[in-house]
Amino acid sequence: MEAVLLAFVLVLSIFLGFELISKVPATLHTPLMSGSNAISGITLLGALTAAGAEHGEMAVWLGFAAVVFASINVVGGYLVTDRMLKFFRKKDDA
Amino acid sequence: MSPIAINLVYIVAAALFIIGLKMLGRPESAPRGNQLSALGMALAVVVTLFSREILTFEWIVGGVALGTIVGAVAARRVEMTAMPELVAIFNGSGGAASLLVGWSAVQGSAVDGVATMSIFALATVSASIIIGGLTTTGSLIAWGKLSGRMTSAPVILPGQAFINIFLVGTAVTGTVLFVLDPQLTGIPFLLILGTAFLLGITSVNPIGGADMPVVIALLNSYSGLAASAAGFAIGNLLLIVAGALVGASGLILTDIMCRAMNRSLGNVLFSGFGSASAGTAIEGEARPVNAEDAFLMLEAANSVVFVPGYGMAVAQAQHVVRELGEALEKNGAEVKFAIHPVAGRMPGHMNVLLAEANVSYDQLIDMEDANQMLGRTDVAVVIGANDVVNPAAREDEASPIYGMPIINVDHARTVIVMKRSLGAGFSGVQNRLFFGENTRMLLGDAKASTSALLGEFKD
Repeated sequence: MEAVLLAFVLVLSIFLGFELISKVPATLHTPLMSGSNAISGITLLGALTAAGAEHGEMAVWLGFAAVVFASINVVGGYLVTDRMLKFFRKKDDA
Repeated sequence: MSPIAINLVYIVAAALFIIGLKMLGRPESAPRGNQLSALGMALAVVVTLFSREILTFEWIVGGVALGTIVGAVAARRVEMTAMPELVAIFNGSGGAASLLVGWSAVQGSAVDGVATMSIFALATVSASIIIGGLTTTGSLIAWGKLSGRMTSAPVILPGQAFINIFLVGTAVTGTVLFVLDPQLTGIPFLLILGTAFLLGITSVNPIGGADMPVVIALLNSYSGLAASAAGFAIGNLLLIVAGALVGASGLILTDIMCRAMNRSLGNVLFSGFGSASAGTAIEGEARPVNAEDAFLMLEAANSVVFVPGYGMAVAQAQHVVRELGEALEKNGAEVKFAIHPVAGRMPGHMNVLLAEANVSYDQLIDMEDANQMLGRTDVAVVIGANDVVNPAAREDEASPIYGMPIINVDHARTVIVMKRSLGAGFSGVQNRLFFGENTRMLLGDAKASTSALLGEFKD
């Protein structure tokens, strides 16, 4: 049953994602991509648990590496998106 | 904190991701949207640290510190022309992290080298390793091609499709064997790891530089799906939801890019472009023009549409192009920048470059609006774009790009094409625009040519 529940959530989320993104104008495709890429760094949550739970040396090492990669993804992704979005101005706002 | 409390905060985080993504859809609200999404991420991370499963913090603190420094430095230093490479690297990092999370979960459950997880959990671990692994190596190859460290031409092995099918088959077989007998040092597990990495290489290598927007979008989608799969493996709902949102958004962008090239995803993935015929030969002569005469055309124009392509980015001409646009506006002309969906090396790449160069975003128009406008435009200026303005896509059924939607610059009264030489485009297709009655070729480096035009205005 749990597997079915998780699959249920997955399918609804995918449809929600389609709805959210399909109206984004072409001008914003790059920031959209890097911003959503930062969200995919959510795997950091799993990495934190893996690195912090004492499930044996190997598992912790793998978890540590996962934390490093996921942090690069999250921090870099959000910062570069923020930097990019600041470029998008109308002339009269400048 | 109890798992219920943690999950309640996860719901808030998921809502922030959704609102943030929605706000990314409009330039006015986008910066705030990205910040809300980051806030959701911060909340989720902090509350996870209170989880009872976490006993030691030394590795966590070290890992987060290291990753934060690397990510922040990369994000600050990157030139906007190099955005596609950076996004490829970030995609790869996300994919690698999801692979490691899945692997660590199964490793942590092991007793005497044998995993103790349910069959369903084992299968999802395998999925996170396969998708994560192919995202990692695929992104590395994409990065190599985009940054010029590898040839950007398609590299197709004999029997390419067969190799890919064989690898997928091996990965599936490995998964089945591993689920039935989950030994972490056994051959099935090694097969899963190995084929995951190989698949990334063999699936991105055959794709040429001009098709990179599709690949970047697809890898973006994979990195989301990898996070989703890792979420299944460790039973974390927020990973599943957030990963699925990203997976869906990447798929939509992939679809938009494919449509903009009038090709199916399968065609992009399995056949290198440019291997087809070069289309009907073109007769006629190109008409060169010098900066002085081009200036006279522009000075007399009431409306000007610029059409930038990757060549503009290579020449770093975006700033002088903006200045030229301003000079034309001062001269009383209406100025727009028309951007084809696949111009550049990632979706929306040209828009970011021009926005960075201080072009107001309401001057950036998409292909549909541009084509409505071009019929009554005095001068269209093509800067470093080629295939996306080639009328053969409309007229020549023998051309490999036939059917691809293009920006119809040839409908403008006059077209000025800035180009390094009279060679064919990236796809190897001859461009009949260059031989059109109303086309004038301004040969030379895009930046030098634009500067020369600007100099005429200043005199």
